[in-house]
Amino acid sequence: MCDCNGPVQDCGKTTRRGWMFRIGTGLLSIGAMLAAIPIVGYVFSPAARKFAESWIDLGSVEKFPVGETTLASFRNPGAVPWDGYTADIPCWVRHIEKGDFQVFSIHCAHLGCPVKWFAQSRLFMCPCHGGVYYEDGSRASGPPPRGLYEFKYKVIDGRLRIDGGRLPTLQQSP
Amino acid sequence: MRIPTWMMDSWNWIDQRTGASATIAPIMDHHVPRNAKWWYVFGSATLMFFILQITTGICLALLYVPSAGEAYQSLIHIDTEVPLGWMIRGIHGWSSNAMVLMMLIHMCQVFLHGTYKFPRELTWIVGVFLLFGTLALAFTGQVLRWDQDSYWGLGIGAAMMGRIPWIGPEVVNLVIGGPIIAGETLSRWFSLHVFVLPGFVILMVGLHIVLILKNGISEMPEPGAVVDKATYREGFEQRMKTSGVPFFPEAAKRDMIFCGLMLLIVIGLAFFVGPFGPLGEPDPTMINTNPKPDFFFLWIFAILALLPPSIETYLILASPVVIVAVLILLPFISNEGERAPSRRPVAVITLVLLVTILAALSQLGVTTPWSPKMDAWTSDTTPRQFVVGRSPTELQGAILFQYMQCRNCHELAGIGGQRGPELDDIATRMTRDQLIRQVQQGGGNMPAFGKNLDSAQTAALAAFLQTLTPDGEHKAVIPAVKGDYPDWN
Repeated sequence: MCDCNGPVQDCGKTTRRGWMFRIGTGLLSIGAMLAAIPIVGYVFSPAARKFAESWIDLGSVEKFPVGETTLASFRNPGAVPWDGYTADIPCWVRHIEKGDFQVFSIHCAHLGCPVKWFAQSRLFMCPCHGGVYYEDGSRASGPPPRGLYEFKYKVIDGRLRIDGGRLPTLQQSP
Repeated sequence: MRIPTWMMDSWNWIDQRTGASATIAPIMDHHVPRNAKWWYVFGSATLMFFILQITTGICLALLYVPSAGEAYQSLIHIDTEVPLGWMIRGIHGWSSNAMVLMMLIHMCQVFLHGTYKFPRELTWIVGVFLLFGTLALAFTGQVLRWDQDSYWGLGIGAAMMGRIPWIGPEVVNLVIGGPIIAGETLSRWFSLHVFVLPGFVILMVGLHIVLILKNGISEMPEPGAVVDKATYREGFEQRMKTSGVPFFPEAAKRDMIFCGLMLLIVIGLAFFVGPFGPLGEPDPTMINTNPKPDFFFLWIFAILALLPPSIETYLILASPVVIVAVLILLPFISNEGERAPSRRPVAVITLVLLVTILAALSQLGVTTPWSPKMDAWTSDTTPRQFVVGRSPTELQGAILFQYMQCRNCHELAGIGGQRGPELDDIATRMTRDQLIRQVQQGGGNMPAFGKNLDSAQTAALAAFLQTLTPDGEHKAVIPAVKGDYPDWN
């Protein structure tokens, strides 16, 4: 045992003061780590959340005239009561021929602005940076790196259903 | 004026227990250069606006509801129902603009005067953190407005994040707090704007001020007064002792005058112009919207429209890293030597170029010539001078021109989009064959209309476009076949 009256770090050997310092550091570290687990998990959980397929009802097939492209909207399957307006998501439904559909995300593939359908020129145009798409969603001109994002769809009992509810981005299209 | 004894006694009682005057006195009395005059007021003005932001921000937080379903209505309530609520929102909005502006001017001054050199490198670096902290506050504040611009602006931000290699989708979900922009998104951005970022900025402001007190305010740069690490600090301290003046009131009086003026301007703007937005409910199904960021982000908006698509992703991802790196490394790249702008032509040219580029891009962000005019074809008919005296085929073409929304991207008589060239004199630049090819196959940023127009329609459109020549100007011809054109002299 050393007779140490100086600061803890001056003391080479184990003393009661040294032990208490170590126990204090250890307890705090363990506590901090235990507290950090829920904090980090809480903040970062949206990044790791998995999404199941959810076939959202867009309405009866008759609602969408053959040969036309119409605006539809659906309720976000993961909506919470305080979402307000933002729980409703728009999309473009193209009814090519009886039972054959294309459902496009409203989001421009460039930077996500809402594209608008022009029935006369049969083009989708984006107001933000001038992206243009043909009626089949393929890229026509402007900055978009690809065509419009397309939702998977199913027709079940005469009703059009899509797999939606995620914001489409370049590496995660619906 | 004599201070009453009881006040002095009270102050002494507090001072003995807190040591307040021992802490404050050196700050008030620290010597600043005698020639530090009006160039030095912008940092103080930035700080004043930050304090104003905190104060008005707390006021707004009393009534703002950070819920996606109610945020918009709570802002409308503050604007219309709460006594002087519109004024508080106005001050918060204008003061945020003023804070960004003052900070940018302060930063330009520091750069121009070479103040970031030894021994004030760390003051500059903390300033760079303050720059990004303040811009982040500005952007998150714009999100809390929770109107259409805010909703789609978030979408633009998310789309940019989505381009990050490998972890893009996860980053998007983290930033918007889930798979889609909704309730969790607003709560997330609210806590950033109200807790995280102000905390960060307060911390950095404190550090900035500690560093200023430690290293002193720089003198006005003089040509030939070279910064040398070996001698600078000693010389500076000596000069402050002999020729410096106490910060309070010598330098503070100019700060106070300038801050007072700026405060009056901001309050005037808030009173006479009023608050920013909110513009349009954040209803994603209302797609007739033209989202745009606030003015200090318009230059980014413009760059995103003008970049070649092939290099866009790399630039979106790499440029923020490069900008941060260059700003942080600046005091290490140029650490000693001349501070006077007259002896630092590269610095002056860089600043002039940067300011010009940012101003030009911001101006483009206001006019957005790259965007189609989404209502050009319904709001204005083909001007009369372009249809008078035309043949039936040409008139058919004029109708098609209107019907096919050509003017969303092309101007005619100054009305329409600027995405494509204006067409008043297109016939002097393109032959009939070239016009048909361009309409059918597109190219050069124009969609192909081959699938959407039959051959008769294309011919009619080309016939109409062929009539678009100003009086007295020749139509375009291919020289080798000029014999085919009777009006070619």
